[in-house]
Amino acid sequence: MSLTEFIFGRLTLEAIPYHEPILVATFAGVVVIGLALMAVMFRYRLWGPLWHNWIVSIDHKKIGIMYMILGLIMLMRGFADAIMMRIQQAIAFNGSEGYLNSHHYDQIFTAHGVIMIFFVAMPFVTGLMNFVMPLQIGARDVAFPFLNNFSFWMTVGGAVLTMLSLFIGEYAQTGWLAFPPLSGIGASPSTGVDYYIWGLQVAGVGTTLSGINLLVTIIKMRAPGMTMMKMPIFCWTALCTNILIIASFPVLTAVLVLLTLDRYIGTNFFTADLGGNPMMYVNLIWIWGHPEVYILILPLFGVFSEVTSTFSGKRLFGYTSMVYATIVITILSYLVWLHHFFTMGSGASVNSFFGITTMIISIPTGAKIFNWLFTMYKGRIRFEVPMYWVVAFMITFVIGGMTGVLLAVPPADFVLHNSLFLVAHFHNVIIGGVVFGVFAGINYWFPKAFGFRLNKFWGLVSFWGWVIGFWLAFTPVYVLGLMGVTRRLRVFDDPSLQIWFVIAGIGVATIAVGIFAFIIQIAVSIMQRDKLRDVTGDPWGGRTLEWATSSPPPSYNFAFTPVAYDVDAWHDMKQRNYQRPLNGYQPIHMPKSTEAGIILAALSTVCGFALVWYIWWLAALSFVAMAGYAIYHTFNRDRDYYITAEQVAETEAARTKLLATQV
Amino acid sequence: MSHVTLPKDGAFHLPEEPHHPEGASTMLGFYIYLMSDCLIFAVLFATYAVLGGSYAAGPGPKELFELDLIAVNTAMLLFSSITYGFAMLAMQRHNSKQVIGWLLVTAVFGAAFLCIELYEFHHLIHIGAGPQRSAFLSAFFLLVGTHGLHVTFGMIWLFTLVFQVRKFGLTSAMQRRLGCLSLFWHFLDVIWIGVFTFVYLVRMV
Repeated sequence: MSLTEFIFGRLTLEAIPYHEPILVATFAGVVVIGLALMAVMFRYRLWGPLWHNWIVSIDHKKIGIMYMILGLIMLMRGFADAIMMRIQQAIAFNGSEGYLNSHHYDQIFTAHGVIMIFFVAMPFVTGLMNFVMPLQIGARDVAFPFLNNFSFWMTVGGAVLTMLSLFIGEYAQTGWLAFPPLSGIGASPSTGVDYYIWGLQVAGVGTTLSGINLLVTIIKMRAPGMTMMKMPIFCWTALCTNILIIASFPVLTAVLVLLTLDRYIGTNFFTADLGGNPMMYVNLIWIWGHPEVYILILPLFGVFSEVTSTFSGKRLFGYTSMVYATIVITILSYLVWLHHFFTMGSGASVNSFFGITTMIISIPTGAKIFNWLFTMYKGRIRFEVPMYWVVAFMITFVIGGMTGVLLAVPPADFVLHNSLFLVAHFHNVIIGGVVFGVFAGINYWFPKAFGFRLNKFWGLVSFWGWVIGFWLAFTPVYVLGLMGVTRRLRVFDDPSLQIWFVIAGIGVATIAVGIFAFIIQIAVSIMQRDKLRDVTGDPWGGRTLEWATSSPPPSYNFAFTPVAYDVDAWHDMKQRNYQRPLNGYQPIHMPKSTEAGIILAALSTVCGFALVWYIWWLAALSFVAMAGYAIYHTFNRDRDYYITAEQVAETEAARTKLLATQV
Repeated sequence: MSHVTLPKDGAFHLPEEPHHPEGASTMLGFYIYLMSDCLIFAVLFATYAVLGGSYAAGPGPKELFELDLIAVNTAMLLFSSITYGFAMLAMQRHNSKQVIGWLLVTAVFGAAFLCIELYEFHHLIHIGAGPQRSAFLSAFFLLVGTHGLHVTFGMIWLFTLVFQVRKFGLTSAMQRRLGCLSLFWHFLDVIWIGVFTFVYLVRMV
């Protein structure tokens, strides 16, 4: 081994993809935007505030907002991948190779899937839970505030590793679940799969810890009087989601460790020889993967419930059945993993079992749809932006659910397996469920987070762009799937298919309008913030406790811990003429900010990078540094402080003054 | 929260702030973490169950395992759990000297366990039965090795706590940390019972 090999591992100048014009242009764009941002930061001296108020903050509200920003940034990346694929597929006909070579194209479809699930959808749901849940249960923060900050930065670390692969080395060309033997060292000798593995492992630690944190918060820190069956429905879905996270992400961690060992030290878990079994990987990863889709959708079911109830001006219909439906989905999500590979050949009995359990899931889900409909029935519905998203969700998601039940029939699945029909199905439920729900949630809780509402006009432009764009983009994909076109193809022989791909391309352009309109919506709302200001803290006539405090809430959330007597605790308070107490404040015990989270996450990101490139000394060094720093952190006993009663009084007096302007 | 009595007049705030003592949720959180760790082991046990018979024409358990050695090893780990229990009893008597003493005895047993395990691994690799030889051996090394890594981690944690007990005394934070490591240490014992039964005993008969 030469000295350069020792120092740099397998990292050489060849790893920089300067021969790929698309990547060079992207890199140039990133550098320009990055420099511009840095210049702004220096010009307005924002580094200090950014560091003290955000990066080291352990305030659950700020961490929640940072999760949402991460999700939004990564949505841009994942969507850029989507556009590139749609253009490639729309033009690669009649002997044309399109504009992407297979090496690049294969990385794009892998990165698109991984990023959209792990670094868009997951940060969005974790962000919503982080911001909303503690407010809804009347808590001051989560159970382990430092851990919360650490979890967030680990998620960022995973995203950074994944993004780095764009400019240094390459990403996996295996599809988003990296099935062996394709992802083994023989078929994928380069760094792509290693970036995949370490990106997910680093982020996975964050996800698991945040799951534990939020679960303990819900169990231990509910306001007095808030029994489990008086918890807002969003908290129930958050509870079930976090149980799913805790009970499924360890499986992902373990299966990725097995793959790592196969690649790094030559074990034989998933190899085709010496007794390995590649199908075991497929089984294990779907034992994580199926609960994962419910991890994504359940919190959004909660969002839809809150939004429907608020904007219908009614108590949620069938609260109890909603809770039980959520629990049943949670349990059933573990009993269906094999429907992802009916074609494995496990036999008629096994396939029937998993086909039936899959179909059964549509029962509790259907119950939920009826509950939302009955909540709207005879309600005084206000069509604000979140409510639009709810209605679009109900229509879109039901159709996605029906194609899902089609796929659950094993004989049908043998025909549709790996086809574009499947691709259309899961985009139908993930976009129609998760993405629509996230936008409903953002529009609903934005005034709580920032103190002003979002502009309605641009919100509606964004809404119609997404909804029309979704159907334009994916109806053709359903059609193509039924005609037998398989997924992940780069070029096509049959020219009669082209028109469908062109329509799908127009659809994705329409979605781009929706995304762009969303960014404009935020910009316009910031400019019109005085007009859109919410001084009441309750702009929508909300029903749950997060609307009882100011917008944005003070760092301690509630001057006095509220007592809950009803599911709609805040509605109950308003009904009974609740008067906000104006004196008698007490000092409030709060946790202190710490930089330990970002330091540990940065070290583990470096460790992951070193492992990708076989830079063993750096991997060892960063690992030892991580362990050492973690131990050092346990010696830090300066972890909390009190907000004095005078400070609370001052903050609350400011709010009293503000409320008085509102007659 | 069940232990709080609600105001009878239906007021929306309690006269006194409900008190959340620092670290009140730590034990629950750590217990849930252990359950997630348990799932990692569950996957490794399942892997071993699937691949445990795939010798790839290589050596099997009967040729490789020396039950006597493993019995000694098991005894080391079980003794270490007992001595950790003594450390916890000493903690309840607020005797920090005894706590440190019993922790160090625990560390000795833990180290003995790790040494025997390393000897076994070294021996197996030496005779050509390393983790690369067959899927059975891959699964074996991973399951037993992951347990060993946990014990190693527990040892580092244990020495950190010995140091901190000396420095800070048996404060409530330290008692909580000792309690967490106690859960962790006994958890590893339970896992080892599974390893001993399903990896060593079952395959030997």
